[in-house]
Amino acid sequence: MATLAGGGASARPMVRAEGVHKRYGRDEVLKGIDLEVAAGEVLCLIGPSGSGKSTFLRCINHLEKIDAGRIEVDGEAVGYRERGDKLYEMRERDVCRQRAAIGMVFQRFNLFPHLTVLENLIEAPMRVRRVRRDEAVARGRALLDRVGLLDKCDAYPARLSGGQQQRVAIARALAMEPKLMLFDEPTSALDPELVDEVLAVMRGLADDGMTMIVVTHEMAFARDAGDRVAFIDGGVVVEQGPPDRVLGQPTHERTRSFLTRLLAGARA
Amino acid sequence: MPAVAPRRVVPLRRPGLWLTSALVVAAATWLALSVWNNPRIDHRAIAQFQFAPAILAGLRVTIVLALLAAVIGAVLGVLLAVMRLSPSPVLRLFSGGYAWLLRGTPLLVQILLWGNLALLFQRIGPFDTNALITPFVASVIALGLNEAAYMAEIVRAGILSVDQGQADASQALGMSRALAMRRILLPQALRVIIPPAGNQFISLLKATSLVSVIAGGDLLTAAENISSANLKTIELMLVATFWYLVLTTVTSLGQYVIERRLARSGTGVRAH
Repeated sequence: MATLAGGGASARPMVRAEGVHKRYGRDEVLKGIDLEVAAGEVLCLIGPSGSGKSTFLRCINHLEKIDAGRIEVDGEAVGYRERGDKLYEMRERDVCRQRAAIGMVFQRFNLFPHLTVLENLIEAPMRVRRVRRDEAVARGRALLDRVGLLDKCDAYPARLSGGQQQRVAIARALAMEPKLMLFDEPTSALDPELVDEVLAVMRGLADDGMTMIVVTHEMAFARDAGDRVAFIDGGVVVEQGPPDRVLGQPTHERTRSFLTRLLAGARA
Repeated sequence: MPAVAPRRVVPLRRPGLWLTSALVVAAATWLALSVWNNPRIDHRAIAQFQFAPAILAGLRVTIVLALLAAVIGAVLGVLLAVMRLSPSPVLRLFSGGYAWLLRGTPLLVQILLWGNLALLFQRIGPFDTNALITPFVASVIALGLNEAAYMAEIVRAGILSVDQGQADASQALGMSRALAMRRILLPQALRVIIPPAGNQFISLLKATSLVSVIAGGDLLTAAENISSANLKTIELMLVATFWYLVLTTVTSLGQYVIERRLARSGTGVRAH
């Protein structure tokens, strides 16, 4: 299988998922997800709640173990080592090394409440990547400047608004210099007036060529910042393509009814 | 608009409450006086022994015992709590079995078992058991191991109280399980751990008195040694009572200060 894909290193996708299955007990959440994301591409995952899009995102950095199929990030299988026709679970150290290169932003921010904003940003670089403190601090301050929160560097997360916390969370993920960023409904827990400041940071990242997978309900963001949109329902990718086509002229009935319901909800 | 003049509020009169309060005060006073004015109490003996060197030496042993057992209990307790939450069923079973055994048997029995270990093993390696496991050492081991069983439960509850999102975020940043536990989860768990741990320490302070059954050399051992010679049992128990109250009061005050500081930071303690 690997030889078939060998079309030169530059053509290698940043993420490749093949037949990904995931079940919790009897409940099969992912029923064979196939997706590819090119380096520098922004893929938006949309779909009803419970469709499996967040679960799929958590499989990409092995926060969830997959039951079948494979996920590859930058040419390396995630969480498992392949030898012959067997998959061997990786040692924790190797899983950690893979995760360190994949940034993740959560719906509920998950900043470390006992650490200041700057400490949130330097903790993992110093203790996982073994970056020197002064380097980590310099880089952390530069990232906070970039998300417009340098003046908050000594504040505790509880003192920040939701939008500010999420911007710090993005900066914290970027501090590890990831090659891929995963966003799990990054604006769903925010008050409406705070959504735009977070989306603006994400747009900036996309413009800088970061590879991003974004689970979102923000159709405007998917339309103008996404390179591609994939609609997931019932644990499978129902359809995917350029945002204008998938959101404008969906070919599948399920996509159409989802978008209609979403629009009706937005108007109500 | 005309200003409204404040009106005096006459509180409801509660004669029943007054009467009950007066009765309680009277009863307490009568009880205290009847003990204090009891002709059988030798006040001079209390004054003589309250600060006697033997009593103070016993007090010192009690404090050292409690501190050593608390340290052993905290370290082992964290280990047992982490084992209880581990993916390995063997480690979970061990931790559960430990709690079952040590919380399911009286501490007094455990102290007696450790104090009489020489009956079971005459030698431990190259050492004579009685030389190695002195009554003091047996007391430290018995109290420390027992304390660990209770601390494990407290620490486990603390770790479980931390939002799962914190573990997710740590792992997503590439932290190992151990690193996330040490730097992210345990510091946040402390907020939940400290109040019951303080109560546990107060229990431990009092439980040290049980080691008097193996002559552990603590405050109660010292008081009993003196009272068995001069037969002033009540007097020496009052001497010991005073010192136990001093210890538990100081601990309670310390606990209050720590809890208030934790509450003030609003989000937990700092990790450094």
